[in-house]
Amino acid sequence: MTTSYELDVNGVTYPVTADQGKNLLSVIRENVGLTGTKEGCDDCECGACMVLLDGQPLNSCSYLAVQAQGRQVTTIEGVMDGPEMHALQRNLLEAGGVQCGFCTPGMIMSAKALLERDARPELDAARIGLSGNLCRCTGYAKILSAVEATAVELNT
Amino acid sequence: MSFTIATTVDEALVALDAGARPIAGGTDLVVGARHGKAALPADLVAIDRIDELGGVELDSAGVRVGALMSHAELMTDPVIVGSYTAIADASALVGSPSTRHVGTLGGNVMNGSPAMDTGAPLTVLRAAAELRSVTGSRTVSLDELWAGPGRTTANPGELLVALHLPPAWDRCGSAYVRLEYRRAMEIAVVGAAAAVTLAADGTVASVAVALAAVAPTILSVDGVNEALVGRTAAAAGPVAAALASEQAAPISDLRASDRYRRHCIGVMAKRAVDAAARRADGESIAVPVNRSLGIGAA
Repeated sequence: MTTSYELDVNGVTYPVTADQGKNLLSVIRENVGLTGTKEGCDDCECGACMVLLDGQPLNSCSYLAVQAQGRQVTTIEGVMDGPEMHALQRNLLEAGGVQCGFCTPGMIMSAKALLERDARPELDAARIGLSGNLCRCTGYAKILSAVEATAVELNT
Repeated sequence: MSFTIATTVDEALVALDAGARPIAGGTDLVVGARHGKAALPADLVAIDRIDELGGVELDSAGVRVGALMSHAELMTDPVIVGSYTAIADASALVGSPSTRHVGTLGGNVMNGSPAMDTGAPLTVLRAAAELRSVTGSRTVSLDELWAGPGRTTANPGELLVALHLPPAWDRCGSAYVRLEYRRAMEIAVVGAAAAVTLAADGTVASVAVALAAVAPTILSVDGVNEALVGRTAAAAGPVAAALASEQAAPISDLRASDRYRRHCIGVMAKRAVDAAARRADGESIAVPVNRSLGIGAA
Protein backbone atom coordinates (compact mmCIF):
# COMPACT_ATOMS: atom_id res chain seq x y z
CA MET A 1 0.00 0.00 0.00
CA THR A 2 1.23 3.47 -0.87
CA THR A 3 1.60 5.85 1.99
CA SER A 4 2.70 9.49 2.29
CA TYR A 5 4.97 10.90 4.94
CA GLU A 6 7.86 13.30 5.47
CA LEU A 7 11.49 12.38 5.84
CA ASP A 8 14.28 14.55 7.23
CA VAL A 9 17.42 13.87 5.22
CA ASN A 10 20.51 15.99 5.86
CA GLY A 11 18.38 18.63 7.55
CA VAL A 12 15.94 18.99 4.63
CA THR A 13 12.36 17.78 4.89
CA TYR A 14 11.25 15.74 1.88
CA PRO A 15 7.68 14.65 1.17
CA VAL A 16 7.64 10.96 0.29
CA THR A 17 4.92 8.85 -1.29
CA ALA A 18 5.95 5.22 -1.43
CA ASP A 19 4.94 1.67 -0.64
CA GLN A 20 4.95 1.16 3.13
CA GLY A 21 7.30 -1.80 2.74
CA LYS A 22 9.92 0.21 0.79
CA ASN A 23 13.30 0.29 2.47
CA LEU A 24 15.06 3.48 3.47
CA LEU A 25 17.84 2.94 0.93
CA SER A 26 15.44 2.86 -2.01
CA VAL A 27 13.52 5.86 -0.74
CA ILE A 28 16.73 7.87 -0.34
CA ARG A 29 17.90 6.96 -3.84
CA GLU A 30 14.61 6.98 -5.77
CA ASN A 31 12.23 9.31 -3.93
CA VAL A 32 14.62 11.77 -2.34
CA GLY A 33 17.03 11.54 -5.27
CA LEU A 34 20.31 11.27 -3.38
CA THR A 35 22.37 8.49 -4.95
CA GLY A 36 25.54 8.69 -2.86
CA THR A 37 24.24 5.89 -0.64
CA LYS A 38 24.92 2.60 -2.43
CA GLU A 39 23.13 -0.70 -2.72
CA GLY A 40 25.65 -3.52 -2.35
CA CYS A 41 24.38 -6.84 -1.06
CA ASP A 42 20.85 -5.63 -0.21
CA ASP A 43 21.08 -8.15 2.63
CA CYS A 44 22.42 -6.26 5.66
CA GLU A 45 25.89 -7.76 5.20
CA CYS A 46 28.14 -5.30 3.35
CA GLY A 47 27.45 -1.83 4.76
CA ALA A 48 27.51 0.02 1.40
CA CYS A 49 24.08 1.42 2.31
CA MET A 50 25.16 2.77 5.71
CA VAL A 51 23.53 6.06 6.74
CA LEU A 52 23.13 7.68 10.14
CA LEU A 53 19.80 7.63 11.95
CA ASP A 54 19.84 10.17 14.77
CA GLY A 55 23.63 9.96 14.58
CA GLN A 56 23.91 6.16 14.80
CA PRO A 57 24.95 3.93 11.91
CA LEU A 58 22.14 2.11 10.13
CA ASN A 59 21.99 -0.37 7.24
CA SER A 60 19.40 1.51 5.20
CA CYS A 61 18.68 -1.54 3.01
CA SER A 62 17.16 -3.32 5.97
CA TYR A 63 15.12 -0.56 7.55
CA LEU A 64 11.66 0.55 6.52
CA ALA A 65 11.65 4.18 5.38
CA VAL A 66 8.33 4.80 7.14
CA GLN A 67 10.07 4.02 10.42
CA ALA A 68 12.50 6.90 9.91
CA GLN A 69 9.73 9.52 10.13
CA GLY A 70 10.49 12.11 12.77
CA ARG A 71 14.14 11.07 12.95
CA GLN A 72 17.20 12.65 11.38
CA VAL A 73 18.73 10.76 8.48
CA THR A 74 22.27 11.70 7.43
CA THR A 75 23.70 10.44 4.15
CA ILE A 76 27.10 10.91 2.54
CA GLU A 77 25.74 14.08 0.88
CA GLY A 78 25.28 15.50 4.38
CA VAL A 79 28.83 15.14 5.67
CA MET A 80 30.51 17.94 3.67
CA ASP A 81 31.71 20.79 5.78
CA GLY A 82 30.14 23.60 3.70
CA PRO A 83 32.05 23.65 0.40
CA GLU A 84 34.95 21.76 2.01
CA MET A 85 35.33 18.02 2.20
CA HIS A 86 34.93 16.45 5.62
CA ALA A 87 38.31 15.51 7.13
CA LEU A 88 37.43 11.82 6.63
CA GLN A 89 36.86 12.35 2.92
CA ARG A 90 40.10 14.26 2.50
CA ASN A 91 42.13 11.79 4.55
CA LEU A 92 40.73 8.82 2.64
CA LEU A 93 41.88 10.42 -0.60
CA GLU A 94 45.29 11.29 0.83
CA ALA A 95 45.84 7.82 2.30
CA GLY A 96 44.78 6.10 -0.92
CA GLY A 97 41.86 4.59 0.94
CA VAL A 98 39.58 4.84 -2.08
CA GLN A 99 39.94 2.54 -5.07
CA CYS A 100 36.67 1.71 -6.81
CA GLY A 101 34.86 3.84 -4.22
CA PHE A 102 31.70 1.79 -3.95
CA CYS A 103 32.10 1.04 -0.24
CA THR A 104 33.41 4.53 0.56
CA PRO A 105 30.16 6.35 1.41
CA GLY A 106 29.22 3.59 3.84
CA MET A 107 32.71 3.50 5.32
CA ILE A 108 32.60 7.25 5.90
CA MET A 109 29.24 7.05 7.66
CA SER A 110 30.43 4.29 9.98
CA ALA A 111 33.72 6.10 10.63
CA LYS A 112 31.90 9.35 11.35
CA ALA A 113 29.64 7.63 13.90
CA LEU A 114 32.67 5.91 15.42
CA LEU A 115 34.61 9.16 15.86
CA GLU A 116 31.59 10.85 17.38
CA ARG A 117 31.36 8.26 20.16
CA ASP A 118 35.11 7.65 20.50
CA ALA A 119 37.25 10.62 19.47
CA ARG A 120 40.56 8.71 19.59
CA PRO A 121 39.78 5.04 18.95
CA GLU A 122 42.45 2.39 19.42
CA LEU A 123 43.14 0.34 16.29
CA ASP A 124 40.94 -2.51 17.53
CA ALA A 125 38.07 -0.14 18.35
CA ALA A 126 38.39 1.35 14.86
CA ARG A 127 38.25 -2.13 13.34
CA ILE A 128 35.10 -2.91 15.32
CA GLY A 129 33.62 0.45 14.33
CA LEU A 130 34.08 -0.42 10.65
CA SER A 131 33.28 -4.11 11.07
CA GLY A 132 29.89 -3.78 9.38
CA ASN A 133 31.49 -2.46 6.18
CA LEU A 134 33.07 -4.67 3.56
CA CYS A 135 35.65 -3.45 1.05
CA ARG A 136 36.62 -5.82 -1.75
CA CYS A 137 39.37 -3.91 -3.51
CA THR A 138 41.19 -1.23 -1.50
CA GLY A 139 41.84 -3.35 1.58
CA TYR A 140 41.38 -2.06 5.07
CA ALA A 141 44.85 -0.82 6.09
CA LYS A 142 44.65 2.48 4.20
CA ILE A 143 41.07 3.06 5.29
CA LEU A 144 42.07 2.56 8.94
CA SER A 145 45.05 4.93 8.43
CA ALA A 146 42.65 7.58 7.16
CA VAL A 147 40.41 7.14 10.19
CA GLU A 148 43.40 7.44 12.50
CA ALA A 149 44.68 10.53 10.66
CA THR A 150 41.23 12.09 11.00
CA ALA A 151 41.08 11.32 14.71
CA VAL A 152 44.46 12.99 15.19
CA GLU A 153 43.50 15.97 13.02
CA LEU A 154 40.18 16.59 14.77
CA ASN A 155 41.73 16.36 18.23
CA THR A 156 44.81 18.55 17.93
CA MET B 1 -2.53 -2.53 5.06
CA SER B 2 -1.38 -0.07 7.66
CA PHE B 3 1.61 1.29 9.47
CA THR B 4 1.24 3.03 12.80
CA ILE B 5 3.75 4.38 15.27
CA ALA B 6 2.81 3.62 18.87
CA THR B 7 4.11 5.79 21.69
CA THR B 8 2.59 3.82 24.57
CA VAL B 9 2.33 0.10 25.29
CA ASP B 10 -1.47 0.38 25.40
CA GLU B 11 -1.55 1.84 21.87
CA ALA B 12 0.67 -0.98 20.64
CA LEU B 13 -1.51 -3.62 22.32
CA VAL B 14 -4.65 -2.25 20.67
CA ALA B 15 -2.92 -2.44 17.28
CA LEU B 16 -1.74 -6.01 17.97
CA ASP B 17 -5.27 -6.96 19.01
CA ALA B 18 -6.49 -5.68 15.64
CA GLY B 19 -4.00 -7.94 13.86
CA ALA B 20 -0.88 -5.82 13.43
CA ARG B 21 2.61 -7.24 14.02
CA PRO B 22 5.22 -5.31 16.02
CA ILE B 23 8.41 -3.93 14.52
CA ALA B 24 11.33 -2.38 16.43
CA GLY B 25 14.72 -2.42 14.68
CA GLY B 26 13.40 -4.60 11.86
CA THR B 27 16.72 -6.45 11.58
CA ASP B 28 15.01 -9.85 11.38
CA LEU B 29 11.66 -8.84 9.92
CA VAL B 30 12.86 -6.76 6.97
CA VAL B 31 15.73 -9.06 6.00
CA GLY B 32 13.50 -12.11 6.44
CA ALA B 33 10.84 -10.62 4.16
CA ARG B 34 13.37 -10.04 1.41
CA HIS B 35 14.57 -13.63 1.68
CA GLY B 36 11.02 -14.84 1.24
CA LYS B 37 11.19 -16.42 4.71
CA ALA B 38 7.96 -14.65 5.66
CA ALA B 39 6.27 -11.83 3.80
CA LEU B 40 6.36 -8.46 5.51
CA PRO B 41 3.15 -8.32 7.58
CA ALA B 42 0.46 -6.16 5.96
CA ASP B 43 -0.22 -4.31 9.20
CA LEU B 44 2.68 -3.10 11.26
CA VAL B 45 2.93 -1.19 14.50
CA ALA B 46 6.29 0.43 15.24
CA ILE B 47 7.15 -0.01 18.91
CA ASP B 48 10.59 1.60 18.88
CA ARG B 49 9.39 4.92 20.37
CA ILE B 50 7.70 3.49 23.45
CA ASP B 51 9.66 4.80 26.44
CA GLU B 52 8.08 2.29 28.86
CA LEU B 53 9.73 -0.54 26.92
CA GLY B 54 13.26 0.69 27.57
CA GLY B 55 15.61 0.79 30.51
CA VAL B 56 17.10 -1.50 33.10
CA GLU B 57 15.49 -1.11 36.52
CA LEU B 58 16.25 -2.70 39.85
CA ASP B 59 13.10 -3.77 41.65
CA SER B 60 12.27 -5.91 44.70
CA ALA B 61 12.17 -9.05 42.56
CA GLY B 62 15.53 -8.39 40.89
CA VAL B 63 16.04 -6.56 37.63
CA ARG B 64 13.58 -5.62 34.92
CA VAL B 65 15.17 -5.31 31.48
CA GLY B 66 12.95 -3.50 28.98
CA ALA B 67 12.33 -5.44 25.77
CA LEU B 68 13.43 -2.45 23.73
CA MET B 69 16.95 -2.35 25.20
CA SER B 70 19.29 -2.41 22.21
CA HIS B 71 22.33 -4.64 22.06
CA ALA B 72 24.51 -1.51 22.11
CA GLU B 73 22.83 -0.40 25.35
CA LEU B 74 23.04 -3.84 26.95
CA MET B 75 26.76 -4.27 26.25
CA THR B 76 27.56 -1.09 28.20
CA ASP B 77 24.81 -1.01 30.82
CA PRO B 78 26.49 -1.04 34.27
CA VAL B 79 23.96 -3.41 35.86
CA ILE B 80 24.09 -5.88 32.97
CA VAL B 81 27.88 -5.74 32.61
CA GLY B 82 28.35 -5.88 36.37
CA SER B 83 25.99 -8.65 37.42
CA TYR B 84 24.56 -10.32 34.30
CA THR B 85 27.72 -10.25 32.24
CA ALA B 86 26.85 -13.11 29.87
CA ILE B 87 24.06 -10.96 28.39
CA ALA B 88 26.59 -8.21 27.69
CA ASP B 89 29.02 -10.75 26.16
CA ALA B 90 26.26 -11.88 23.81
CA SER B 91 24.98 -8.41 22.91
CA ALA B 92 28.49 -7.26 22.02
CA LEU B 93 28.78 -10.07 19.46
CA VAL B 94 25.53 -9.39 17.61
CA GLY B 95 25.92 -8.17 14.02
CA SER B 96 27.83 -4.91 13.64
CA PRO B 97 27.60 -1.49 15.31
CA SER B 98 24.57 -0.78 13.11
CA THR B 99 22.76 -3.99 14.03
CA ARG B 100 23.54 -3.47 17.69
CA HIS B 101 22.07 0.03 17.69
CA VAL B 102 18.70 -0.88 16.21
CA GLY B 103 18.46 -4.56 17.19
CA THR B 104 16.70 -5.18 20.50
CA LEU B 105 16.69 -7.81 23.22
CA GLY B 106 12.96 -8.32 22.71
CA GLY B 107 13.42 -8.89 19.01
CA ASN B 108 16.20 -11.38 19.59
CA VAL B 109 14.07 -13.33 22.09
CA MET B 110 10.80 -13.27 20.11
CA ASN B 111 12.41 -14.09 16.77
CA GLY B 112 13.01 -17.46 18.40
CA SER B 113 16.10 -18.47 16.48
CA PRO B 114 17.90 -21.40 18.13
CA ALA B 115 21.12 -19.51 17.28
CA MET B 116 20.09 -16.31 19.08
CA ASP B 117 22.99 -14.94 21.10
CA THR B 118 21.08 -13.58 24.10
CA GLY B 119 18.99 -16.74 24.66
CA ALA B 120 21.57 -18.96 26.38
CA PRO B 121 22.71 -16.14 28.72
CA LEU B 122 19.10 -15.32 29.66
CA THR B 123 18.46 -19.01 30.32
CA VAL B 124 21.41 -19.56 32.68
CA LEU B 125 20.53 -16.31 34.48
CA ARG B 126 16.97 -17.63 34.94
CA ALA B 127 15.17 -14.85 33.10
CA ALA B 128 11.39 -14.82 32.75
CA ALA B 129 9.46 -13.11 29.97
CA GLU B 130 6.63 -10.67 30.69
CA LEU B 131 3.98 -10.76 27.97
CA ARG B 132 1.16 -8.24 27.79
CA SER B 133 -2.01 -8.08 25.77
CA VAL B 134 -5.20 -6.00 25.91
CA THR B 135 -6.65 -8.61 28.27
CA GLY B 136 -3.81 -8.70 30.80
CA SER B 137 -0.29 -9.87 31.40
CA ARG B 138 1.52 -13.08 32.25
CA THR B 139 5.09 -14.01 33.00
CA VAL B 140 6.49 -17.21 31.54
CA SER B 141 9.81 -18.99 31.72
CA LEU B 142 11.88 -18.99 28.54
CA ASP B 143 11.49 -22.76 28.33
CA GLU B 144 7.75 -22.22 28.05
CA LEU B 145 8.16 -19.33 25.62
CA TRP B 146 10.32 -20.96 22.94
CA ALA B 147 8.44 -23.62 21.00
CA GLY B 148 10.79 -24.35 18.10
CA PRO B 149 12.89 -22.63 15.44
CA GLY B 150 11.27 -19.23 14.87
CA ARG B 151 8.25 -20.16 16.99
CA THR B 152 7.07 -19.01 20.41
CA THR B 153 4.03 -19.81 22.51
CA ALA B 154 3.09 -16.12 22.73
CA ASN B 155 -0.31 -15.33 21.25
CA PRO B 156 -0.41 -12.89 18.30
CA GLY B 157 -1.96 -10.24 20.56
CA GLU B 158 0.81 -10.50 23.13
CA LEU B 159 3.82 -8.20 23.28
CA LEU B 160 7.02 -9.01 25.12
CA VAL B 161 7.47 -5.97 27.36
CA ALA B 162 10.35 -7.03 29.61
CA LEU B 163 12.68 -9.75 30.78
CA HIS B 164 12.89 -10.23 34.53
CA LEU B 165 16.10 -11.42 36.14
CA PRO B 166 16.41 -12.62 39.73
CA PRO B 167 18.65 -10.57 42.05
CA ALA B 168 22.37 -11.03 41.54
CA TRP B 169 24.03 -13.12 44.21
CA ASP B 170 27.53 -13.02 45.68
CA ARG B 171 30.47 -14.78 44.05
CA CYS B 172 28.49 -15.46 40.91
CA GLY B 173 29.89 -14.90 37.42
CA SER B 174 28.55 -15.59 33.96
CA ALA B 175 29.90 -15.71 30.42
CA TYR B 176 28.76 -16.41 26.87
CA VAL B 177 31.20 -17.87 24.37
CA ARG B 178 30.39 -18.26 20.69
CA LEU B 179 32.15 -20.15 17.94
CA GLU B 180 32.44 -17.76 15.02
CA TYR B 181 34.18 -17.74 11.67
CA ARG B 182 34.34 -13.95 11.41
CA ARG B 183 34.06 -11.06 13.80
CA ALA B 184 31.08 -9.19 12.36
CA MET B 185 27.66 -9.97 10.87
CA GLU B 186 28.06 -13.50 12.17
CA ILE B 187 25.54 -15.96 13.51
CA ALA B 188 26.66 -18.41 16.19
CA VAL B 189 27.97 -21.65 14.71
CA VAL B 190 27.40 -22.83 18.26
CA GLY B 191 27.32 -20.86 21.51
CA ALA B 192 27.41 -21.65 25.22
CA ALA B 193 26.56 -19.64 28.32
CA ALA B 194 27.44 -20.50 31.89
CA ALA B 195 26.57 -18.99 35.26
CA VAL B 196 28.77 -20.19 38.12
CA THR B 197 28.58 -19.46 41.85
CA LEU B 198 31.63 -20.31 43.91
CA ALA B 199 31.68 -21.45 47.54
CA ALA B 200 34.08 -19.87 50.04
CA ASP B 201 36.63 -22.63 49.39
CA GLY B 202 36.61 -21.90 45.66
CA THR B 203 34.65 -24.98 44.62
CA VAL B 204 31.49 -24.76 42.55
CA ALA B 205 28.40 -24.03 44.67
CA SER B 206 25.95 -23.90 41.78
CA VAL B 207 26.13 -23.80 38.00
CA ALA B 208 23.91 -23.60 34.96
CA VAL B 209 24.89 -24.10 31.32
CA ALA B 210 22.76 -23.41 28.22
CA LEU B 211 23.56 -23.90 24.56
CA ALA B 212 22.76 -22.08 21.31
CA ALA B 213 22.50 -23.49 17.79
CA VAL B 214 22.58 -27.18 18.77
CA ALA B 215 18.86 -27.92 19.15
CA PRO B 216 15.48 -26.60 17.89
CA THR B 217 15.49 -24.09 20.76
CA ILE B 218 18.05 -22.89 23.29
CA LEU B 219 19.06 -26.02 25.21
CA SER B 220 19.47 -26.01 28.98
CA VAL B 221 22.02 -28.69 29.93
CA ASP B 222 20.43 -31.24 32.29
CA GLY B 223 22.26 -32.54 35.31
CA VAL B 224 25.10 -30.05 35.09
CA ASN B 225 24.53 -28.65 38.57
CA GLU B 226 24.48 -32.10 40.20
CA ALA B 227 27.61 -33.14 38.31
CA LEU B 228 29.65 -30.02 39.01
CA VAL B 229 28.84 -28.91 42.56
CA GLY B 230 31.78 -29.42 44.87
CA ARG B 231 34.33 -29.64 42.07
CA THR B 232 37.06 -27.09 41.54
CA ALA B 233 36.47 -24.73 38.65
CA ALA B 234 39.31 -26.41 36.74
CA ALA B 235 37.71 -29.83 37.13
CA ALA B 236 34.22 -28.57 36.29
CA GLY B 237 34.94 -27.47 32.71
CA PRO B 238 35.63 -30.89 31.15
CA VAL B 239 32.56 -32.40 32.82
CA ALA B 240 30.40 -29.58 31.45
CA ALA B 241 31.94 -30.16 28.03
CA ALA B 242 31.05 -33.84 28.06
CA LEU B 243 27.46 -33.20 29.16
CA ALA B 244 27.01 -30.45 26.53
CA SER B 245 28.28 -32.60 23.66
CA GLU B 246 26.18 -35.56 24.82
CA GLN B 247 22.92 -33.60 25.05
CA ALA B 248 23.34 -31.49 21.92
CA ALA B 249 21.08 -32.40 19.00
CA PRO B 250 22.61 -30.30 16.23
CA ILE B 251 21.77 -30.17 12.54
CA SER B 252 24.11 -29.94 9.56
CA ASP B 253 23.80 -26.81 7.47
CA LEU B 254 26.04 -24.59 5.41
CA ARG B 255 27.76 -23.24 8.50
CA ALA B 256 28.78 -26.54 10.10
CA SER B 257 28.14 -30.28 10.15
CA ASP B 258 26.29 -31.87 13.05
CA ARG B 259 29.47 -33.73 14.13
CA TYR B 260 31.52 -30.55 14.16
CA ARG B 261 28.84 -28.73 16.14
CA ARG B 262 28.60 -31.56 18.67
CA HIS B 263 32.36 -31.47 19.24
CA CYS B 264 32.65 -27.68 19.35
CA ILE B 265 29.73 -27.15 21.73
CA GLY B 266 31.71 -29.07 24.33
CA VAL B 267 34.72 -26.83 23.77
CA MET B 268 32.58 -23.69 24.05
CA ALA B 269 30.79 -25.00 27.17
CA LYS B 270 34.12 -25.64 28.90
CA ARG B 271 35.39 -22.17 27.98
CA ALA B 272 32.17 -20.57 29.19
CA VAL B 273 32.35 -22.38 32.54
CA ASP B 274 36.03 -21.40 32.93
CA ALA B 275 35.36 -17.74 32.14
CA ALA B 276 32.27 -17.60 34.36
CA ALA B 277 34.22 -19.14 37.26
CA ARG B 278 37.03 -16.60 36.84
CA ARG B 279 34.49 -13.79 36.94
CA ALA B 280 32.81 -15.36 39.97
CA ASP B 281 36.22 -15.33 41.63
CA GLY B 282 36.38 -11.57 41.13
CA GLU B 283 38.53 -11.39 38.02
CA SER B 284 37.54 -8.59 35.68
CA ILE B 285 37.33 -9.95 32.13
CA ALA B 286 36.18 -7.38 29.59
CA VAL B 287 33.05 -7.83 27.47
CA PRO B 288 32.83 -9.69 25.14
CA VAL B 289 34.78 -12.55 26.64
CA ASN B 290 35.11 -14.03 23.13
CA ARG B 291 37.40 -11.18 22.15
CA SER B 292 39.09 -10.32 25.43
CA LEU B 293 40.26 -13.93 25.93
CA GLY B 294 40.44 -14.79 22.24
CA ILE B 295 38.29 -17.89 22.81
CA GLY B 296 35.73 -17.67 20.03
CA ALA B 297 37.61 -19.80 17.53
CA ALA B 298 37.86 -23.57 17.37
